[in-house]
Amino acid sequence: MLLEVKDLVVDLPTSGGAVRIVNDATFRLGEGESLGVVGESGSGKTMMALALMGLAPEGARIGGSIRFEDRELVGLSEEAMRALRGDRIAMIFQEPMTALNPLHRVGEQVAEPLVLHRGMSRKAAFHEAIRLLEHVRLADPARAARAYPFGLSGGERQRAMIAMAIGCGPRLVIADEPTTALDVTVQARILALLDGLRHESKMALILVSHDLAVVAAHCDRVIVMYGGLIMESGPVDVVLRDPRNPYTRALLQARPEPGAKRGVRLKTIPGSPPHHREVGAGCPFAARCEWTIDVCRKARPPEVAFGGVHVSRCWRAAELGPHA
Amino acid sequence: MLLYVLQRLAVLAATLIIASLVVFAVMDILPGNAAETMLGPTATPEAVAALAHKLGLDQPLHVRYALWIGGALSGDLGVSYAYGSPIAPLIASSLSVSAPLAVMAMALSAAIALAAGVYSADRRGRAGDAVVMGMSQVGLAVPNFWLAILLVIVFAVTLRLVPAGGFPGWSNPARAVGALILPAVALGVVQAAILTRVTRSALLESLNEDYMRTARAKGVSRRAALWRHALPNALVPVLTIMGLQFANLVAGAIVVENVFVLPGLGRLMLQSISNRDTLVVEDCVMLTAILVIGLNFIVDVACAAIDPRLRSRAA
Amino acid sequence: MKGFSRKSSSFWVGAALTAALLAMAALSYLWTPYPPAAIDIPHKLAPPSLAHWFGTDNLGRDVASEIIGGARVSILVGVVAVGIGLVFGLAFGLLAAFAKGVVEDSIMKACDFVFAFPALLSAIMLTSTFGPGVVNAIVAIGIANVPIIAKLTRATANSVLAREYALAARAAGRGPLAIAFDHVLPNIAPQLIVQATIQFAIAILAEAALSYLGLGAQPPQPSWGRMLSDAQNVLYNAPRLAIYPGAAIALSVLGLNLLGDGLRDALDPKLKARS
Repeated sequence: MLLEVKDLVVDLPTSGGAVRIVNDATFRLGEGESLGVVGESGSGKTMMALALMGLAPEGARIGGSIRFEDRELVGLSEEAMRALRGDRIAMIFQEPMTALNPLHRVGEQVAEPLVLHRGMSRKAAFHEAIRLLEHVRLADPARAARAYPFGLSGGERQRAMIAMAIGCGPRLVIADEPTTALDVTVQARILALLDGLRHESKMALILVSHDLAVVAAHCDRVIVMYGGLIMESGPVDVVLRDPRNPYTRALLQARPEPGAKRGVRLKTIPGSPPHHREVGAGCPFAARCEWTIDVCRKARPPEVAFGGVHVSRCWRAAELGPHA
Repeated sequence: MLLYVLQRLAVLAATLIIASLVVFAVMDILPGNAAETMLGPTATPEAVAALAHKLGLDQPLHVRYALWIGGALSGDLGVSYAYGSPIAPLIASSLSVSAPLAVMAMALSAAIALAAGVYSADRRGRAGDAVVMGMSQVGLAVPNFWLAILLVIVFAVTLRLVPAGGFPGWSNPARAVGALILPAVALGVVQAAILTRVTRSALLESLNEDYMRTARAKGVSRRAALWRHALPNALVPVLTIMGLQFANLVAGAIVVENVFVLPGLGRLMLQSISNRDTLVVEDCVMLTAILVIGLNFIVDVACAAIDPRLRSRAA
Repeated sequence: MKGFSRKSSSFWVGAALTAALLAMAALSYLWTPYPPAAIDIPHKLAPPSLAHWFGTDNLGRDVASEIIGGARVSILVGVVAVGIGLVFGLAFGLLAAFAKGVVEDSIMKACDFVFAFPALLSAIMLTSTFGPGVVNAIVAIGIANVPIIAKLTRATANSVLAREYALAARAAGRGPLAIAFDHVLPNIAPQLIVQATIQFAIAILAEAALSYLGLGAQPPQPSWGRMLSDAQNVLYNAPRLAIYPGAAIALSVLGLNLLGDGLRDALDPKLKARS
């Protein structure tokens, strides 16, 4: 098992006391698998991704266990963590414009992990960078390498970021909303690129997104997060076909359907996601859920398993079958 | 890059010409008759007219301007009325004091600002940051000539370590530099206060940028990320402010030279004002403007060398 | 606005020091222990005592009275110079933003140009041709203040003009002056107040430097800068005489700077978040 996360907890200090952003997250990821993490903003999905890299903000308290390649990452020294970052685990961020240093050439930035982790000389790494840029299907990779970030388009910059991430052949790539800032047509191409890279090098992918459709098309398994808690997880087709959590169901129902009748209102989830401070002892979704009963507000719902790999956190999970 | 430099050179030339016109206008045209000023209110009209003719003040304006510029470009800055000797050597020898002083002060303030700015940005919100910020507030408020006097009180009057002022000449370089240390400190400290704040805030902004997170995600250490990624991005605003501050440094030097009785450009200017030696004052002011405008040109080019976006915008 | 009600300690300390400065200036019109210019040679260079709280200077003048009197010139120069900067800076800045094109470019170039001539240099030019005095100092410092305000005004005006409600106002036929008053000025007021406070501090420093050099306030007008120059002549005999005027200048400038910082924190929380 490449990655095993158990009861991961991330607390952030605030003026009013510590606030729990990620709450007892548990999941696994095997070699070459792809996992989608779906949630609205504020669900804790980005913080979880950062915690996996050891990049949670200063003062954050990480609890629980993250086992990567049979090594415990929680509590690992910064030096050891640094050796892993960019080499065994890599991350791709959302905004390619600001994620690249405007003062350095693109090629130099793609080459940086190679210099750091493979001890290559700047020149050799730069040539390797050109090869990587070609691999991510950038037109005229030599020009792109010599260019500065402002000289490339959004899609080109994101390809460069991907090249930067895969340079050292990482076993796990975490992509945090990699296409949200891009045009729709470019989105599809970038995601296809990621798929292709994954299959050819058997690298595992964690794809964080608020877009269910993206996750459905490109991931083997999915985790649905809300209010810091993993509400449901399992193989993607199972979860989407037979959701056992009211939040997942609401997300699915809220999608616009092509071919629906005109004039029919889109279903929305009433209310808004809770601020982390406001999440109490019960289920974070209780205030907005159609299925809420008394116990939902009082106690955190337990994990209920369906067929081993499909897990839902809901007091009424059993009732949410296909006929509900 | 070359295109950018050439463009800036053109702007530099144009600015210098305008500066010379402004200086000429303020000093030669407005007052009316410099000869009157020089001889004072008790002079007879004939004496004034004679001096005016001798100084070429009765010639048309554009001729006088051309003569001034032409003379300056060929190294002839005229003759000082008060000293009766050529102005060019006077200015040259005063520059030999002021220029090293300005350089030392700038270097000192840059070094302090870099160290203190990085330190306080790194320890943002903690005690070290507060101390640096407090000290910089004090540094901003203290007049540089007062600091100079206090330094004289401590090091010259009380400790008798150095003379209270004067400049022994460059024949003995060690003593010459020694005479410039206190003045450079007095000048540099105030500049350092301003630059520290600018460095800190520019660095804090850079540290917040997304590319810092990308760098850390690649395995770059926090320290290396600060120096390799954040600091270069912070340099451009800092350099720009340094350039803008240079004018104030020059102005401060005028005063500080007075405290330490240094025979620099500032003292020359002030003495010429009280001697009513308007030609010397005009040349000194113009020289100061040239230095300031020239330095800002260098800063522009340096910024463009660091930030590629600046050079492409020009094209 | 969350930041408005909670004023930082900078603000209070700064406000206290500035209030003290203003109080001293006001007091100078009503009463000082001795007439600041009263020369009393037999009692020159006296150390501090009950009769003379800070002692006397090289001409027997009471130092405490001179300090109080000196506040007057500092405030005068500060107020008028900042006023000049505000009036002309606003005018030029608005003109640049509304007229655009060549007018805007030339005004901005002119501002950059004036930046090359710090207040002291302009003052030297002016005093060498027109003679020393407070008025020339004020004019020089005022001129040096204009570009900063002009640039600030233009930048804010441009960003306001680009916003939709300004476009709507123009479409509705409202003239530039109306837009300026209704939209630009309220937006710019916080930054202007902060800038004015800081420029006040700079004006005090510049006036002190000019007076120190003999180019500013002339005797018998008391001025902190000139007191420092006098003190320098007797530095070996009575070094304490250099402390009082310098401290007065430093504390006034510190107070105004802190006040400016405090105002900035209180009036524009966005700026605070960035620092």
